[in-house]
Amino acid sequence: MPDVGVNEIYVLKFDVKTVNLMAPFSPLKAFGTFFKIGFFTIGGGPVMIPFIEKEVVEKNEWLTKEEFMDLMVVSQSLPGVFAANFAIAIGYRLGGRRGSMACATGTVLPSIICILAVALFFQQLRGNTVVENVFRGIRPAVTALILGPIFNLSKAAGITWKTVWIPIVSALLIWLLGVSPIWIIVAGIAGGIARYLMMNKEGQ
Amino acid sequence: MLFLELFFTFFKIGLFGFGGGFAIISLIQNEVVAEHSWMTFSEFTDIVAVSQMTPGPIGINAATYVGYTAVVNAGYSAGWGVAGSLLATFSTLLPSFILMLLVSRFLLKYTDHPAVRSVFSALRPVVIGLIASAALMLMNKENFGDPSKDMAQFLLSVYLFAASFVAINKWKMNPIQVIIISGAIGGLFYGFLPN
Repeated sequence: MPDVGVNEIYVLKFDVKTVNLMAPFSPLKAFGTFFKIGFFTIGGGPVMIPFIEKEVVEKNEWLTKEEFMDLMVVSQSLPGVFAANFAIAIGYRLGGRRGSMACATGTVLPSIICILAVALFFQQLRGNTVVENVFRGIRPAVTALILGPIFNLSKAAGITWKTVWIPIVSALLIWLLGVSPIWIIVAGIAGGIARYLMMNKEGQ
Repeated sequence: MLFLELFFTFFKIGLFGFGGGFAIISLIQNEVVAEHSWMTFSEFTDIVAVSQMTPGPIGINAATYVGYTAVVNAGYSAGWGVAGSLLATFSTLLPSFILMLLVSRFLLKYTDHPAVRSVFSALRPVVIGLIASAALMLMNKENFGDPSKDMAQFLLSVYLFAASFVAINKWKMNPIQVIIISGAIGGLFYGFLPN
C-alpha cells in the first residue's frame, strides 16, 4: 500500500498530531459533520472551506493540513459543484465509497431541505402582488450579482490584452449565437491541449 | 420523457461544470431556459436569488430548485416535483463520484504537469466568458421591464442593477444584503406606485 509510506513521512515530519491520522472514522459522524457545515454556511463552496478545515483537520484530525490542501486542489480541478466534490474527495479518502456517499449526502441534504421548503412555500404565494413586486426589485440585482465577480476573476486569471478576446468571444457566441456553453468549455480544453503540444514542439 | 431528460441534462452540467458556482449557473440557465424551455428567464432569476440566500452550495441549491420547478411547470404534482429535485441533484453529483474514483489519484500526481496546467489556464478565461454570457442573457425585458411599456420599471431596474454592481464590487457588500435591499426597494416602489 503506497499510502503507508506517505503516512510514515508525515509522521516523521509532523510528529504527534499526525499519529492520529487514521483515527477512527465513522461514516455516520462524517455525515453529521458535513450536514452541520452545509446547514450553517450561506454563500456556497468557498465559504465552507474554513469550516470544513476546522472540523476535518483540527477537531477530528481525520486529515493532515497537507492532505486537506491536496484534496482541495483535486476538487477544484474536477468539474462539478466544488463543495460536493470536496466532500466526496474527503469521504472517499477516509472511508472509500461509503465514506464519500456519507459526506456528499451530508453536504447536499441541507440544500435539498431548505430549497424544498422555500419552493413549497412559494407555490402558495404564486401570483401574490407583494412577492412579485419584491422579486421585480431583486431580478436586476441578481444580474449584477452574477456579473460582479467578473473583474476580480479576470485579474486572478491573468487576462491581458492578448487574451481578453477569449472571454469576449465566448460570451458573444453564447449570448448572440446561442452556442451551448458546453461547446465553449470543450473548445477551451482543446485549446489548452493544443497550446501545450505547440509549446512542446517549439521546445524540442 | 421529462425525468430522463432531467437526468441527462444535469449529468451533463455536472460533467462540464468547470469554474465554480456562477459558471455552473450559466450552464444550468442555458440548458433549462434556452434549450429546454422548462421555465422563463424570470423564474430562473428568482431561483438564483433564492439559491444565493439559502444555506448550501449555490450549484446544488439551483439544481434542486430547477428540478422541482421543471417538473411542476410540466403539470405534475408537488410530490413529483420533489422527486424531480432529488433526481436533478443526484444527476449533478454522479459525474463527481465517477471522476473522483477514476481520476483523483491521477490528478493528484499530475496537477503540476504542464499539459494539465495548460488546460486549466485556457479554461479560466473561458469560464469568465460563460459567467458574462449568463449575466447578459438575464438583462432582458422579462427581468428589467420593457421600456416601451413601463418606463418606470425599466429605469428602477437599471438603477438597482448599477447600485448592486457598485455595492458588490466597490463597497464589498454581502450579496445577501444586496438582494434583501433590492427586494425591499422593489416591494416599496411597486407597491406604492399606482400602475
